[in-house]
Amino acid sequence: METTRPSILSCKKVVKRNTWADIWRQMKRSWQLYLLLALPLAWLAVFQYYPMYGAQIAFRDFLPGDNMWQAPWVGLENFVRFFQSVMFSRLMINTLGLSLYSLVVGFPIPIIFALSLNQLRASLFKQSVQMVSYAPYFISTVVLVGMLLQILDLRHGPVNLLLTSMGKTPILFMGQAKLFQSIYVWSGVWQYTGFSAVIYLAALATVDPALHEAAMVDGASRLQRIWHIDLPGIMPTAITLLILNMGQIINVGFEKVYLMQNPLNTQISEVISTYVYKVGLIGGITNYSYAAAIGLFNSVIGLILLVAANQLLKKLTDSSLW
Amino acid sequence: MAVKTLFSRPSHHIRESRTDFIFTIFNNGFLIIIFLVVLYPMLYVVSASFSDPIAVSSGQVWLWPVNFTTKAYVKIFEYSRIWTGYANSIFYATVGTLVNVTMTVLAAYPLSRKDLFGKNPLLFLFVFSMMFSGGLIPLYITVNQVGLYNTRWALIIPGALSVWNMIIAISFFRTSLPQELLEAAQLDGCSDIQYLIQIVLPLSKPIIAVMCLFYAVGHWNEFFNALIFLANKELFPLQLILRDILVANTVDLNLLEDAKTMAAKAGMRDLLKFALIVVASGPVLMIYPFVQKYFVKGLMIGAIKG
Repeated sequence: METTRPSILSCKKVVKRNTWADIWRQMKRSWQLYLLLALPLAWLAVFQYYPMYGAQIAFRDFLPGDNMWQAPWVGLENFVRFFQSVMFSRLMINTLGLSLYSLVVGFPIPIIFALSLNQLRASLFKQSVQMVSYAPYFISTVVLVGMLLQILDLRHGPVNLLLTSMGKTPILFMGQAKLFQSIYVWSGVWQYTGFSAVIYLAALATVDPALHEAAMVDGASRLQRIWHIDLPGIMPTAITLLILNMGQIINVGFEKVYLMQNPLNTQISEVISTYVYKVGLIGGITNYSYAAAIGLFNSVIGLILLVAANQLLKKLTDSSLW
Repeated sequence: MAVKTLFSRPSHHIRESRTDFIFTIFNNGFLIIIFLVVLYPMLYVVSASFSDPIAVSSGQVWLWPVNFTTKAYVKIFEYSRIWTGYANSIFYATVGTLVNVTMTVLAAYPLSRKDLFGKNPLLFLFVFSMMFSGGLIPLYITVNQVGLYNTRWALIIPGALSVWNMIIAISFFRTSLPQELLEAAQLDGCSDIQYLIQIVLPLSKPIIAVMCLFYAVGHWNEFFNALIFLANKELFPLQLILRDILVANTVDLNLLEDAKTMAAKAGMRDLLKFALIVVASGPVLMIYPFVQKYFVKGLMIGAIKG
């Protein structure tokens, strides 16, 4: 004890006199740590920040094969063209509509599933439900869409077999634009519910058992205990995830939408990410600058939403992403 | 109050346990339905893949295989494109995961050290790249400019590091490696790199196992990067070949030559798809029960991120 006191004092002095020489000494001492960081930092510069710098082609008229930095500067022309095109409102409606639908359905279901599963005592049944429910998470998007095509098939798909056996006419599920969003969202529920429930199960495991015992003594039913103890127990986690998801609503993943697209549903299924790919990288008339402008618009809106969501999170829960 | 509760408790107790009983029945029923709904599509695909093609196309298969046969698997084993894809995917998954884990540890360990000068701005550089990106086109141009386009490395290097996994690793290093250990090692003259290799890595086996699992599954299921960065069919991973057959419905006619009638051809085409789904997803789903323990643990580490 006697020896620590002066050392704390001397520490303070050092902090006060924290000159460049001290910092330099400290950095020299941990040169190996900087060495370890060198490779990741180089990667970050080349594959994350250089493309951000390259996003300036959105303000240029850049054609494949040109020198990126010498292409004529056109200012906001590409953006104005996008905002004025018919695709703008359609892409926004489709993208936001699909995300919101996913969120409204995909957010509560894992919570309900976790609360329900949490009622079971450790048993073979609980383990089997849990194991089967995670499994779809490991299926690739390509395989998932392939399975959808088979299961919803007009002739041999079991869903249509069931419909015909009930005397109804079979439905061409994948060919109807109005069904696209529902198929997308509910197959997502099938794939991700078990996985998303894990975080809630973890939160439920931290609920104090004494609360349940006290409630039981007071005669609370199971349902009442779920409502008044378990649900409040996972609320902070749920609110955090909800806000974070709201910060992501402009980012609809490319793969599943792209794979589910066909000429009959593009009116509804075209979202920003698939459109950027089509305009920029496929077809005879690839337009790098225009596609980059749409992509940059998407990134900027995404950043704004995420920062706003984080502000909200800070206000409501005192926690923050950064 | 206390007396009242005490008195009314017996009657309450009986009534409540009856509602609890009903609740438990509904709850278990709900979970059984979920169990069946999640299981059924997978079971159906496996059953259909072992059924007779005619039975599949005429809609006789709905739960168990009809007229058991392994025809489709025999065909797939003879189809070289699938095996090229399989070999490529194994390459991308093993080499890619190795690169991913190395890069993640290289970035996460120094950033987890409290005494690293400038760690907050450096960490921000990484986190910011998760929140904002230049977009698809600039990345595509970059990959072309550095000469990775249409090479195997295009599927490994641009995605060499997942910042999300790096953050999880940082919080693991910070919370489970005591500061005293580092100080003791430093007193003994251990350098930072020695400490990382000889002490940190052996103590971080659980987190490394989880990262391997997530990165490897990610590579195995990878589709998008292969779609945009590869043109040479010899380099295609399995998922891209699956896309052609399962989604775009372009089945190589050689695979159907045995089938004589149109109905038989259509049936064989579907049968091949079912078998392919099983062959492509089998390895991942088979490994997963064995690593499930780590997998849940890893998610927990992610959940308690500070």
